[in-house]
Amino acid sequence: MIPARLVWPAAALLALAAGSLFTGVVDLGPGALRDPEALRLIWISRWPRTLAVLLTGASMAVAGLILQMLARNRFVEPATAGTGQAAALGILGVTLLWPGAPLWAQMGLSSLAALVGSVVFLALIRQLPPTRPLLVPLVALIYGGILGAGVDAIGWQFDLLQYVAIWTNGEFSGVMRGRYELLWLTGALTLLAYLYADRFTIAGLGRDAATGLGLNHGRVVAAGLLIVSIATAVTVVTIGTIPFVGLVVPNIVSRMAGDNLRATLPGTAAFGAGLVLACDIAARLLRHPYETPVGTIFGVVGAALFLWLLHAKPRHAR
Amino acid sequence: MIEIRDVAHRAGPARILSDITLDIPRGGVTALIGPNGAGKSTLLSLVARLEPLQQGRITVDGRDVGRTPTDRLARHLSILRQDTGLAARLTVRDLVGFGRYPHHKGRPGPADRAAIADAIAAFDLEPLADRFTDTLSGGQRQRALVAMTWAQGTDYVLLDEPLNNLDMAHARALMLRLRDMAATGRTVVVVLHEVNYAAAHADHVVAMKDGRVARTGPAAEVLTGATLSRLFDSPVEMAEIGGRSFALHHG
Repeated sequence: MIPARLVWPAAALLALAAGSLFTGVVDLGPGALRDPEALRLIWISRWPRTLAVLLTGASMAVAGLILQMLARNRFVEPATAGTGQAAALGILGVTLLWPGAPLWAQMGLSSLAALVGSVVFLALIRQLPPTRPLLVPLVALIYGGILGAGVDAIGWQFDLLQYVAIWTNGEFSGVMRGRYELLWLTGALTLLAYLYADRFTIAGLGRDAATGLGLNHGRVVAAGLLIVSIATAVTVVTIGTIPFVGLVVPNIVSRMAGDNLRATLPGTAAFGAGLVLACDIAARLLRHPYETPVGTIFGVVGAALFLWLLHAKPRHAR
Repeated sequence: MIEIRDVAHRAGPARILSDITLDIPRGGVTALIGPNGAGKSTLLSLVARLEPLQQGRITVDGRDVGRTPTDRLARHLSILRQDTGLAARLTVRDLVGFGRYPHHKGRPGPADRAAIADAIAAFDLEPLADRFTDTLSGGQRQRALVAMTWAQGTDYVLLDEPLNNLDMAHARALMLRLRDMAATGRTVVVVLHEVNYAAAHADHVVAMKDGRVARTGPAAEVLTGATLSRLFDSPVEMAEIGGRSFALHHG
């Protein structure tokens, strides 16, 4: 039996997914399910796209949540704190230095660059006074901005700015069968994160408290950064960066349900998936038959939600 | 017994601790007292392996804290530091529950649930149990953190200034809970700011100054006017009022 409080969110997610299958340039009516041509379209394009959106939304939200616990700061997310930019730098380096690199090498090196970028970020913010939490997002923005500027400079120098645009502006219109399967890896990483949920929550209590509870804090941070970096790198390479998902979604869930990740991580993943899917459907409808970049729509929706969040009173538990 | 042998500690060029050799007896309440900057907190975090040992050796019931796996030590020794800034939003019940993590590693059983309920009751947290920690006052949060340490159920419990933010009644209640713990055979080591709590509740006292142990022994022997005056470089008189000894230092 599904608990009652999960029925509405699950129904909403299913409705969005069904809506996504029937939204696009070609109009599919209710009769589509008997039309082999329409079924082929769903099989090759709509279904992969819907899955890609769900996987991306879920993994970006969870990656943001993990980074926030590890950094012990609510206002950071991988897409703006250097992880995403470092991943783009990595894939740019592979494109330049090893043009025929196989996919696994592109992925691996891009993940490695993302990991280095995240480790440097955590090392940077460790120097900041804990009494000034707002310095952390400022440092994150500056650090991510510098790395991003490096990506742009190299891209401009070697005439690769078109690729850079693909990696930095996430959108799903290019998703088709055979071009998104790498994203299943982010789904696996999200499940892995759930196994570590208690350890991430304890890491969020701080290094001393974690050690006192018998956790090897360094190892938990390493595991978390690996998940965040690989998930971010996979998304950057296949879809491109979608900013704010990792920031807005975990903050909303934390406001409503707290930070016990064992309880909130599935909801964070589902909310991230649903919100990005809603934005992607809007992206397909807004200038039909053309598309608006989903990152742009999410930026507007995310900003509105965030403002609402800042002004709404936090809800007490239960 | 906690055995500390030839421990020295530096932070950059500054000497924090030198030549510490000390036995903290098993059982009872041991109070660490001394002026600010005496090295009490550093000594406590070295015993609890929160900072790596630079020099010397520390064992807890024969277990070397530098070599014992950290998860095994967590079932034997718990610590509450004074500067625990809680960034995470947890309910009091969940927070206290994490005290059991060393025992259940994510799968709490009936014994864990009983220990959590016991800790919540012992610190009067039942009315706050479903509140988020960021909606509590400083004193309520402090009680929740002490309850979490209590729930950990270890033989050795180290507390760094646990009376911070607590009002008179809750401070007294906490010290009585620590006495209860000691009565069940557990060992409580507590850094205390206010020597009168040591006079009223501690069995043993370790007096520290300038990174060294100045005096150590049964509370009645260490807490004398002469020792305390020298320790704090400030006149302190001990007086008996109603059969209990008090340090007079406010006037």
